[in-house]
Amino acid sequence: MKIIVKILKKPITSTLIAILFGFLVAAIILAVTGYNPWQSFGALFNGIFARPKYISNVIIKATPIILTGLSVAFAFKTGMFNIGAEGQYIAGTIAAVCVGVKLNLAAPIQIPLVVLSGVLAGAIFGGIIGFLKAKFGIHEVITSIMLNWIALYLSNFIVNTDAYHQPNSTSSYAVNDSSFTMLLPNWKTSKAGMAALKPNQWLYEMMIKTDVNFGILVAVIMAVVISVLLYRSTKGYELRSVGFNRDAAEFAGINVNRNITQAMIIAGALAGLAGALAITGNAPHKISTMAAFENNGFNGLSVALIAGSSPVGCIFAGLLFGGLLYGGQSVQQEVGAPTEIINIMIGTIVFFVALTKVVPLFADKLEKRGTSHAK
Amino acid sequence: MEISKEYAVQMHGITKMFGSFCALDNVNLDVKKGSIHAILGENGAGKSTLMNVLYGLYQAEAGEIYLNGEKVNIKNPNIAIEHGIGMVHQHFMLVDNFTVTQNIILGNEITNQFGVIDMKKAREGILQIVKKYGLEVDPDSKIEDISVGMQQRVEILKALYRGVDLLILDEPTAVLTPQEIEDLIQIMHNLVSDGKTIIIITHKLKEIKASSGVCTIIRRGKYIDTVSVSDVDEEELATKMVGHAVKLVVEKTPAVPGDVVFEISDLTVKDDRKLDAVKNLSLKVRKGEIVGIAGIDGNGQKELVEAITCLTKVTGGTIKINGNEIQNTTPRNVIDHKISTIHEDRQKRGLVLPFTVAENVVIEKYRSKPYCKGGMLNRSEILSYTKGLIKDYDIRPDDCENQPVRGLSGGNQQKVIIAREISNRPDLLIAVQPTRGLDVGAIEYVHKTLIRERDAGKAILLISLELDEVMNVADTIDVIYAGTIVDSFKQGEVDEETIGLLMAGGKQNENNRKDS
Repeated sequence: MKIIVKILKKPITSTLIAILFGFLVAAIILAVTGYNPWQSFGALFNGIFARPKYISNVIIKATPIILTGLSVAFAFKTGMFNIGAEGQYIAGTIAAVCVGVKLNLAAPIQIPLVVLSGVLAGAIFGGIIGFLKAKFGIHEVITSIMLNWIALYLSNFIVNTDAYHQPNSTSSYAVNDSSFTMLLPNWKTSKAGMAALKPNQWLYEMMIKTDVNFGILVAVIMAVVISVLLYRSTKGYELRSVGFNRDAAEFAGINVNRNITQAMIIAGALAGLAGALAITGNAPHKISTMAAFENNGFNGLSVALIAGSSPVGCIFAGLLFGGLLYGGQSVQQEVGAPTEIINIMIGTIVFFVALTKVVPLFADKLEKRGTSHAK
Repeated sequence: MEISKEYAVQMHGITKMFGSFCALDNVNLDVKKGSIHAILGENGAGKSTLMNVLYGLYQAEAGEIYLNGEKVNIKNPNIAIEHGIGMVHQHFMLVDNFTVTQNIILGNEITNQFGVIDMKKAREGILQIVKKYGLEVDPDSKIEDISVGMQQRVEILKALYRGVDLLILDEPTAVLTPQEIEDLIQIMHNLVSDGKTIIIITHKLKEIKASSGVCTIIRRGKYIDTVSVSDVDEEELATKMVGHAVKLVVEKTPAVPGDVVFEISDLTVKDDRKLDAVKNLSLKVRKGEIVGIAGIDGNGQKELVEAITCLTKVTGGTIKINGNEIQNTTPRNVIDHKISTIHEDRQKRGLVLPFTVAENVVIEKYRSKPYCKGGMLNRSEILSYTKGLIKDYDIRPDDCENQPVRGLSGGNQQKVIIAREISNRPDLLIAVQPTRGLDVGAIEYVHKTLIRERDAGKAILLISLELDEVMNVADTIDVIYAGTIVDSFKQGEVDEETIGLLMAGGKQNENNRKDS
């Protein structure tokens, strides 16, 4: 009994139970609507793991949402609700395109410049939210929603300016090749590269058929960096104290307003980084006119929630999310079930994660019952 | 004890568990009809738990409850209310911007034939009760405009309006002035003479002596004794409550004050409503001296503390520490000028509850060496420093450095704050309500610590709503009323009544002043 209680009290257990429930609800819905749940889950599983290409694509899909998830999780740890990751992500893509199209330097200089411009743009968008909250007490949810739309329309505006608009398309020019962050982009398509990769079927498929890029490495490194920043550094200590108890932090001489602004700058930078890496790492390396949000930021909210705002947890939550999003397409193709099923499943998981506070309570109850039986 | 109609309440063998923790262990309580029965115990002894069982908020694991000789099963407060049990909680449950009448009828509205509230009838009913028991409440005032003592009477009225026979008062005197306490005791006597029964939960011995006939003592969830109050003295009660002999009087030598360390001149501070909460307030604190500020809640103490700690702007006057003005700067600057503050709200201002004890201990010095190294926290230094404080200040459990401070008891949380603030080696230590919510043992500890620091040459400013505390601990007693210091006394040259009167806005009568 004690072991069960102990296991139930671990946060990861709650999350796993939530995921299980998500699948369960999805199975029920599938069955009710006349699809075979086993077959559907089989298709989902195959869609994620069956081919190297799939795995690669899942990782590519996961990269930006790991980073936006980190952005949301970081802000959350410091007491802010960053619903603006979407806008910060878009700001990152805009800046990366602007710099990447206009500049054409050697890759070792070009790539950092393009990525950093995206980071900077995201940081500015985030910083505005933090500043407005710190200075005027405007709630961050309001300003971030506004800034999300501002980013969306700014992006559409940039796409349609003469300087960036690619004629006869709905998109901007692609950034110059020197900005690309794929793994050996030129070599792998060269004859020598193809020949070298050919004997290894796995590598060949991954390298040639997908945009394998360095983004995931950056995302993992950032998760570790953010984790260290939060839990090991004095800055992180400040940020967390402000997040947990603003009044006590203020009383202890910590500048609450400055920390709020800084927290949002960092959160924005992470989302901006996600946007920049999406431009440099994935085709078509450009921005297009958007009718609606692409949800790279909003999905970050779900990722952060599933991860319980743990920076390292965001890596796994992001991969899970990326897997569901990408593998979900196979469910549609193979079983014919609508992709909405996947969305429902994701929704259910998030819903149950939000409910997981119940699990430790349940564990408490079990514990109590255990003691009263023992008596 | 036999089950009899003579008793309004009989609780026998009550056992209540919270997980593996036994909050009440086979506790008995027998309350005679028409009596005032006190329940005495330290914080966490189980007094409130016992009453919550009676009121149906908790279910006991074992034991029986009899009301007027009949066995009852009180599953929830509604059943308790049906049985004529009323409870006045320590924290009032009133709607601030409603009138007294509106509050009293809330949930129990009388309506006319059209379903509209009949305020006139309600008001009359209330006035009747007011007159009958001498409650002195204006039914048309808004709650936010009346004093705390009056709000408490509204709570009592609310219970009476619902026709209770048994009234439970949970720590009713915690927020009252000495005069208000006297009034309350008078009201309690009025109620009892009308046949009502009162159970009063308290850890204040003086009030038990003044109000109650019988007293049941609980210690750490166990039933200790039921005594007739007239047969025992306060020391005996305290000994039973704590389990060992305690000194009720704070022992200290006369102060040997040195130079003035801290000086406030003509301070004016506005409150949230832009009214002057502190008006032309001046005071001085010298080395090796405890200055106590006595006053009723809401007379500018909160704003005074906020002004000193730079949480709010002052509109006039100066605050000087060692000759340097600090008003209208930042909390950081105040700490850097060697002022340490034990804030009254330890959970809001004092501690970051989800943080560990170690993290809380360094919240003012995480950026100074050796606790930080190149922008990173130096964990081993922080931990060894925390372990030292845990040992020096006897914080329990003694291996709590990596536990969230949330898990500690109130007394130990307070010790964490005291340890942190005193270890800053301040020139001025401000203690605001430092013993709020602590039990007798912990209070003794806090007072001893303050006096020890005084003897070590620190200047100490003690702001407390407990008049006893100020009278016992402070060397100089300043009385605050309506945002200004109305008078100042040396310890021992003034009695409680005089100060009580000044706290309530009365004029100083020279005859009350003992010769000094």
